[in-house]
Amino acid sequence: MPTLAKKTPARPVSRPGRPAPELIFGDLWPFDPAPETADPKLQPRYDLFIGGRFVAPQSGKYFDSINPANEKKLAEIALAGPADVDAAYAAAAKAAGPWAKLPGRERAKYLFRLARLLQDRAREFAVAETLDGGKPIKESRDFDVPMAAAHFFYHAGWADKLEYLAPGRRVAPLGVVGQVIPWNFPLLMLAWKLAPALAAGNTVVLKPAETTSITCLKFAEIIREAGLPPGVVNFVTGAGEVGAAVVNHPVPAKIAFTGSTDVGKLIMRALAGTDKKLTLELGGKAANIVFDDAPLDQAVEGIVNGIFFNQGHVCCAGSRLLVHEPVADAVLAKLKRRLAVLKVGDPLDKNTDIGAINSAAQLQRIRDLVAAGESEGAELYQPACRLPDKGYYFRPTLFSGVTMSHRIAREEIFGPVLSILTFRTVEEAVEKANNTAYGLSAGVWTDKGSRILKLSTELKAGVVWANTYNKFDPTSPFGGYKESGFGREGGRQGLLDYAQLT
Amino acid sequence: MSRLPVTKTPKPYVGGAFIRSESGRTYPLADAAGAFFAHVPQCTRKDLRNAVEAAAKAGPGWAKRTAYNRGQILYRLAEMLEARGDEMTGTLVRFGAARAAAAREVAASVDRLVYYAGWADKYEQVLGNVNPVASPHFNFTVTEPMGIVGVIAPDAPALLGLVSLVAPVIVSGNTVVALASEATPYPAVLLGEMLATSDLPGGVVNLLTGFRRELVPTFATHAHLRALSAAVGPEDAKTLRLGAADSIKRVRIVDATKPADWLSARAESVYAVRDFLEFKTTWHPIGA
Repeated sequence: MPTLAKKTPARPVSRPGRPAPELIFGDLWPFDPAPETADPKLQPRYDLFIGGRFVAPQSGKYFDSINPANEKKLAEIALAGPADVDAAYAAAAKAAGPWAKLPGRERAKYLFRLARLLQDRAREFAVAETLDGGKPIKESRDFDVPMAAAHFFYHAGWADKLEYLAPGRRVAPLGVVGQVIPWNFPLLMLAWKLAPALAAGNTVVLKPAETTSITCLKFAEIIREAGLPPGVVNFVTGAGEVGAAVVNHPVPAKIAFTGSTDVGKLIMRALAGTDKKLTLELGGKAANIVFDDAPLDQAVEGIVNGIFFNQGHVCCAGSRLLVHEPVADAVLAKLKRRLAVLKVGDPLDKNTDIGAINSAAQLQRIRDLVAAGESEGAELYQPACRLPDKGYYFRPTLFSGVTMSHRIAREEIFGPVLSILTFRTVEEAVEKANNTAYGLSAGVWTDKGSRILKLSTELKAGVVWANTYNKFDPTSPFGGYKESGFGREGGRQGLLDYAQLT
Repeated sequence: MSRLPVTKTPKPYVGGAFIRSESGRTYPLADAAGAFFAHVPQCTRKDLRNAVEAAAKAGPGWAKRTAYNRGQILYRLAEMLEARGDEMTGTLVRFGAARAAAAREVAASVDRLVYYAGWADKYEQVLGNVNPVASPHFNFTVTEPMGIVGVIAPDAPALLGLVSLVAPVIVSGNTVVALASEATPYPAVLLGEMLATSDLPGGVVNLLTGFRRELVPTFATHAHLRALSAAVGPEDAKTLRLGAADSIKRVRIVDATKPADWLSARAESVYAVRDFLEFKTTWHPIGA
């Protein structure tokens, strides 16, 4: 019978007085580049999409759309003028009657087609989205594009079931809807806007953000492939003055806007003397609340996803971390370690975690607010990652020692910058979380189900994520309290915002 | 020798108490025959702000009441109005309504309160839902009251208009600061006395009397009013919407210049309750 030799460990398991050794990845073991190579099938020049056709702007003017990752020109985009907006609304108004009268069953099939065609061309759209907006390919590939398709698929099935939408009342389309969307999720916001509007029987004039028009105009190709009747969807491109023309035009019965709270207020004032309906999805300054009983490693992943998803260009970003005092040091240490291995760089690289900031202007705004955070006395931490030479990049940033009065705790930064505050009691957490003019979203990390429900009852926010963050679903209504806007997008509640009760 | 009647001093009902305007201002009110009726407090912006404070104090407690309890309290208010129906009808007649029309208005007001009382523990079941998300989460959308809501009642019908605007707002746990009909403010004063005896906590409904032109701009811009429900003309509507933009306030307007059938069943709806609710969606994890 063989004797079992007592094995000695190769290395001591514990070394008293010294921290456990750990492997640091990051720059020591660089990843090989892993660029996504699918062809985005970009055209050198994109025209307006009006009445089912691509038409040149009446001014003949175009502007450049650049890739924020390397500042190179991607394509020329038509600059719409008031006459083009007129033409778009005329096309939408002409299409409105027949589209509304089309049996819901048939309208539904058009929307199902849009969903399917987008799925067919998903990789192409993902690459185009990443090139145009700077977001990591893994996000556009795994989130933006599939979620956009899902929104069309979900709303398609509503088109012939609208009698179930508002119990006790019948619903009718509003008519023509004007929509203005932001640059952070160009294709997804387009889907959030178009799908419910079309399902409810409206026709649309939509303006994408000027820095991210490409996937919108590529979607016009899908609209043509789907055979959607001309004029049901029209796209006009350009900057704020085109948006103003879309909003102030007399034809639309409703305006839907996603963007900053400041512009939302301008739109409310612009519509004050009219009968137009309005929904607004505006800014946020969400609290992500971590209790001491939370699974901390999972929470740290959620915090990172909450603030660094899409470079922090997310209206519902978890930009205020509220940590329970007993675990504050541990969470901060884990966060720093996690930040050290985040990969910042080429958005087309499949390993990239944080891509390019969407524009030079946005990069400047982030820098200004970070400078304000430092000058107001918060403690800054940034990992020492290398940034590409060209393009707009910003290191993932933590601020600890933040108080409620700091600008970085009150103003929406819309960048990869996390402000960390602490709390001692549940009441203090709720008080701090609600102490903001915004009310879009919040996160809660705890092992106690009853505490999740208590917090979700007391937080003044339209979406509360428990032990997760930045989750979206077409069936799940999204939208804010207070100055984060009104109306919902997604689900039954969102769809009703595109119908009138009769 | 006939007995000299004791006349009542009209006092708005604010924070559970009957107040005079902090300004001391009043204006003389005549009845339909042109006879002097009483001096009515001409409430000021400061009175409005005080009323908002009272509503803010009452809000959390009212919102935490059970739906069953809120329903019973609204029903109790209907009982109070029914019991004093003759007095209210007489008041409406004194201010110009035909007796039959006044009786109809009072009956409709009572019925409207009963209608909304019944919604208290049902609107959630109709307006909220569970969402079948494509991830391991129990995802549900529930409603919450918005907070303090400003109500501007139509000039007519003075009672039914006010009741129709206030009831769907408070049934869900909001609190109200309301401006009574400018032309006929007294029914609102009388309603305040019924509110005071209806088990409704003080501060949940605060009724002001006064002039629209003085108070509409403050209703529009007061940041603690989270929403407005107003039966006004286009000009006031524009003022309200412009001011509301400063704090992204929700605004529901009934165009008071268009003929409206306040008596009809169309004037009551769960969607009037919905207009003063926020939808909150919670993603609750499923799993160990």
